[in-house]
This record gives sequence, structure tokens and C-alpha cells, in this order.
Amino acid sequence: MTSDKKGGWKSLPMGAVVLDAGSSLKYKTGDWRAFQPVVDKEKCVNCLICWIYCPDSAIIRREKWIEINYDYCKGCGICAHECPTKAITMVEEQK
Amino acid sequence: MVTLKELSAEELFASGHRLCAGCGEGIINRMTMKALRGPTVIVAATGCSEVATTIYPFTSWRIPWAHVAFENAAAVASGIVEAYNAMARRGAWDKKVDVIAMAGDGGTYDIGIQALSGALERGHDFLYICYDNEAYMNTGIQRSGATPHGAETTTSPAGNVIPGKPEWKKDLIGICAAHGIEYAATASPAYWNDCIMKVRKGIEVNGPAVIDVLSPCPLGWRHDSARSIEMVRLAVETRYFPIYEFERGKYKLNLNISKPKPVEEFLKLQGRFGHLFKPTYRKNVIDEIQQNVDANWNRILKLCAN
Amino acid sequence: MTIVGLTGDEAVAYAVKQSKVDIVAAYPITPQTIMVERFSKYVADGEVQTGYVCVESEHSALSACVGASLTGARVFTATASQGLALMHEMLYIASGLRCPIVMGVANRALSAPINIHGDHSDMMGSRDSGWVQIYAENAQEAYDWTIMAFKIAEDNDVQLPVSMNLDGFIISHCMEGVDLLEDEAVNRFLQTRKPLFTIDPEKPITVGALCFTDYYFEFKRQQVEAMQNVSGVLDRVCKEYRGVSGRNYGALETFGMEDAEAAIICLGSTAGTAREVARKLRAQGKKVGVVKLWLYRPFPIEEVSAALKRVKALAVFDKAISFGAPYGALCSDVVSALHTLKEEPKILNVVYGLGGRDITPSDIELVFNEALDTAKLGIVKEKAMFLGVRE
Repeated sequence: MTSDKKGGWKSLPMGAVVLDAGSSLKYKTGDWRAFQPVVDKEKCVNCLICWIYCPDSAIIRREKWIEINYDYCKGCGICAHECPTKAITMVEEQK
Repeated sequence: MVTLKELSAEELFASGHRLCAGCGEGIINRMTMKALRGPTVIVAATGCSEVATTIYPFTSWRIPWAHVAFENAAAVASGIVEAYNAMARRGAWDKKVDVIAMAGDGGTYDIGIQALSGALERGHDFLYICYDNEAYMNTGIQRSGATPHGAETTTSPAGNVIPGKPEWKKDLIGICAAHGIEYAATASPAYWNDCIMKVRKGIEVNGPAVIDVLSPCPLGWRHDSARSIEMVRLAVETRYFPIYEFERGKYKLNLNISKPKPVEEFLKLQGRFGHLFKPTYRKNVIDEIQQNVDANWNRILKLCAN
Repeated sequence: MTIVGLTGDEAVAYAVKQSKVDIVAAYPITPQTIMVERFSKYVADGEVQTGYVCVESEHSALSACVGASLTGARVFTATASQGLALMHEMLYIASGLRCPIVMGVANRALSAPINIHGDHSDMMGSRDSGWVQIYAENAQEAYDWTIMAFKIAEDNDVQLPVSMNLDGFIISHCMEGVDLLEDEAVNRFLQTRKPLFTIDPEKPITVGALCFTDYYFEFKRQQVEAMQNVSGVLDRVCKEYRGVSGRNYGALETFGMEDAEAAIICLGSTAGTAREVARKLRAQGKKVGVVKLWLYRPFPIEEVSAALKRVKALAVFDKAISFGAPYGALCSDVVSALHTLKEEPKILNVVYGLGGRDITPSDIELVFNEALDTAKLGIVKEKAMFLGVRE
């Protein structure tokens, strides 16, 4: 059996230890979405409520407003639902 | 009290994990990471978070993290805490490391209760956080000791004769308090400030601390993923899940709900309680649940008054 | 040279004391109790700096040990019988996570029926768990092997947990004169553990990840390799230990095998009785011998084949039953190992000693004579014998 990019038993670290902390960043969950959150920067007051409630760490804090990290956002809709100024709308993904 | 802007923007819990969209455990993991005070090690029990955040070779954890088995998060944490102490005694370790065990209600209320009890009795310095989504969600939504009365799960289905789980939820805080530990509390991620401060408090306690955090599960509770936070806010607003703490022998109510919403408001938004709204069960079970919520609230008020 | 009267359990506890173990997490069970009780006294008297965790079950004992081992600490636990059975899932996890834990097992029969006496069913039930398994014949060997076990377990080419087995009650509670090493000698021999990876906030790692179908197999293959490396490491460790103690150890020990036509192969204390009987029979001119296995996992195929290559009849002593299997556990392994020989000896599987049923010199003499008959006539009268059971 040839070992492909996943590595064979000889080269893999012992005991299935993952040495690269945070390596899940290589796995983009953005393609899970059916709906994506769209931020109206005019309405965003940078309260960070959406940021603390996002299960996927997919809200990026900027100086005056927040941005969505679409690489990972799964489109759960919590941010839109909780936003106190209704600055976020869930829009259907265009494929 | 802490403001959101004061919380670190660093994401020690990285994106790219495979928890369901809207999963409460993801939110609880993030909030926990915001509450850390220094070097920390996480011990996880088998469960949704463990499985979805560490699929080899990917890991969402940027701090040391170990998963060993399902029922022993507290025992593994005990070993880690004492090992660091032992190595420090012989001069081989000089770091102050906080150890946090994280397990679901399965790995806490049921199969993990023995290890938790043992660790609490021995008094190791660690924090134990339970992601309480009220069923064994990772294996497909089977009932646990934390599943509420009347909830439908795959092993407590709503059938023609039995309307969901007959038994009532175990009192985890009472069990922990009975061990005489310094701190045990409930929390809901909807109240992020209370939740994060409690995690921090639990870390700072010298000895064992336990926090039971209500964790919304869109798949298992059957609600819209966007309403995850709303669910665990309603749970508190209806007094279904009281937010209180037990500290140094005294109970304290953290969130007084003076004008509670009827528990029906909480139940009707979730598919797991949907059968209770059918004519057959409507009068009995929902009333039973409301009575129990009221009785439990009064019980806690009495405890807090002492 | 300091000779102290110690039981097997006490000898193990003393070895653990000298091995500068960081954590002992254990739960008492007869006949291992003296190990943990004696060690608790060392802790209470301040004779060791070890953190002693009085866990609430054996499953938690090994769980706490795994946690501790992952931090880089040196770790020990002990159990027997039901306790070993209770920690069964953890055995596989400890070896899968490559934790060099050493565990003393005072072998005892498994329920049901409940029985507190010595047989090998407990450890035999766990022989596939990826633990290195060593069997001691007496208290001296229990002491020596416990010390060597840490060195074998922690070797970079091994990184596997090791179980050091001693017969429940027969060895665990029997007092013998044990020649103890000086503390300094043990320190120099063992030194501090140097782990290959640890859970350390400065270098965060994830341990115990979920491995799907695309990765699990590779990590098991790594364990196979590690287990295979044990033979070479054991030889090296025993050689070094000889330099420190003057005592010879290895994968196995033989008596009279240079010309034996009939032999007994066994584990543990029975070897001592068998050797005495063999000595007596050899004095009568009978060509008999004894092979005592120290190392059971990994099974020392080459050493066993080499020791038995001239033997015409072999009685394999199993102190446990493998229900439904063609032979007992040890016998199955021996038969497989001997398959490589051009002329395999005739095999007689002797199941004995279950539930601590005593085995006497006359019992063993009976078996030797059976084996000698088989060697002469070339036929096995009874392939399997239940020695000592009442019909």
C-alpha cells in the first residue's frame, strides 16, 4: 500500500497526537451554508453580541463594525436572530 | 462584570470544527476560552464537542487538550492536577496550570457520575463544566438523567401509551453541594456575562467547582438553529432552568425571574415537546411540567433564603 | 547487599518507592491490597514525594494514571481480577495513547463464581490490550521486574504500558528474602522519565483525537512495531540490570533443557515447583526440563522455539481457561510459535490451578511422566488435561 498525502504509520506522530494546535482552520466549513448572514454596516453598532454567540468563531471584530468570516460560517442564523439593531439578514446562498 | 470589548479577541477555540450549525457546545467552548486566566489544560469526555472538534488530523483547540474516555473526565483531570503537583514537588514543573474538565450531561449525570463524585470528594483543584443539552446527543438523542420529564428522545419516545420521558431531571447542583465543594452553579449561554464570570470564578476556586451550562441543541431539541440562544434565554425566563449558585455552603439566586413566562412558551418552540400539545396529553403533562417548575423554583428560593 | 523479608506485594511497593514514581492512583482489591497499603504508609511517613490518589474505582485508577502519564509524570497502579476487568477499556486506551504506565497485577481468578485466589484468568483476558506482560516467579523477581518495567515502558522505541504479574496469594502474600538494591543504584539505573510528548501549555497538543477509517489503522500498526521492539529493549535493559544487581533476566529461563526430551512450560510460581520436581527426576536419570516464561507479551517466539527445539513432548501449563478455544491461551501461543520448527514436539495442554487450586510436586511429577511416555511412544493420550479437578 502506498501512503498518500495522509501519511503512513512510519511518518505519522505517535499515538494520534495532533501537534498542530488549531489545525481545524484548514477545514473550511463555509460550504455547509444554505443561508448566509449579510451585515448592514450602517446599522451595525459594534455591540459584539453576535460575536460572543457565534459557535464557529466566524465573526471578525473590526474597529467600527463586525465582518463575517465566510470561510467558516455555517449559516446557523444566531447572529441575525440576536442582533439588537437587526443589522444582519440571512440571505439564501447563490450556488 | 465584564464588557464584550474587554474580552480577548483571540480565538483559542478555532473555526473549522464540525459541530452542527447553531450548536450550544460551540458557544460554550468559546465562552470558556474567554474566561481563562492563564495556562489551561482541557480534559474532554467523549461527546459531541470532543468528537466534532478533534477529527484527526484537525483540532480546533489551541490549548492543550486531552480526551481519554466517556465516563472519566473527572478522573483524568484528577490525575493531571496531581501529576503537575507531584512534578512541581520534585522541582520539575514550575507553571501554574488550570485544569478544566468538560463533559456532556451523559458523561456527567449518568456514566460519569462516579468519577465526578470521586473527584469532588477528593477535592482536586479543577473546574468541571457540563454541557447540558439534556440527552445523549452524540449517539443520536437518547435520554439521559438530565432529560426533562415529557421530552421525546429515541429511548423515551412519545408513543401511544407513554408521552416521552416519565422520569424527572436529576438535581446535579444538589448532588455537587452534598459533596461539600466550594462552588457549584448553573449557567445559560444566553446570559453571557453570568456564564463567563462563573467559569472564571470556577477556575479561581481552590478546589473543585462544577458548572452546569444549559446547551441548546437544534437537532435534538428540534428547533431552528437561529433560535439556539433564544431557547436558553426562554428556559431561564420561564424558570425552567433557574440560574443560581452554591458557594461556601450558601445558595444564591443570580437571576431573579419575578414575572415568569409560562413554561409552555419554552416547550412549544421545540419538536421534542411537540407531542405534548396534542389533545391526548395537553392537559396532563404540560401542567405537570409547570407544577414541577414552580415547585423547583420555590425549593431554590427556600434554599437561597437560608 | 540488603536482604529483607518481604511478601511479593511488599516487594513491589518497595520497588515503586525506589523508582521515584510521581503518581500512584489505585483502588484496593484482594490480593493486591498490601501493595497499595504499604505504599500509602510510605506517603504518610513522607518517605516518598509521590502523589497518591485514592480513586473510587479501578476504572478511575487507570484513568487518573493516563491523565498523569500524559503530563510526563512517572506513574504506577496495581490491581487484580475484577479490578482489571473493570478497567478493561482503559487498558486499550492506555496503550493506544502510548502511556508508559507500570501496573502490578496480583493475578486472581475472575468471577463468577467469585474467588479471591490466584490464577491467570485476569491478565489472560487482557492479553490483546497492547500491554507488555511480564510474569514473576517469586518476590525477588517481582521486585526486580517492577524496576525494569519502568525502563522498558519508557524507552523511546517502546512507549507502552507494562503489567508486572505475580501469582495472587502464592507470591503476593508469601514472605521471602528479597535482595534489595540501594536507592542510588535504582536512581542511576532508571533516571527521570523523558517523555516524547506531554500536555504542556507552552506547546499545546491535542491528545485522543477521533480517528476515522482513514487513520485508525496506522496508529495500531505503530503499536505493533512498538510491541515488536520490546524484545530488543528488554534484552538491553536486563543486561544493564545484571550489571547493577548481579541477577540474570531475559525473555525466559530454562532448567535442564540442554537434553530434555519432555518439558513443562509455564508462567509464574509454578515454575519453582516444576524445577524442584525436574531436579529430582533428573537425578533419577530422566531427561526432563522446565521453561519458565518471564515475557508473555510480546510472545518471545524465537526464544521459545530455540528452547524447545529438541523436546519430544511438551506439557503447556495454563492457569486459565480460554473457553471454546482449541487450547488455553499460553498453549495456543506456544503451538503457534513452534509451528516454525521442523519437528514440533507433541503437545499436552494442562489446565490447572484455577481459583487457586493448589498444584503439588506429585501433580507435576505425574505430568512429567505422562510427557515422558508421550516422548517415548510418540502418541498423546490426552491432549488436554484438567489437573487437580475432581471429576
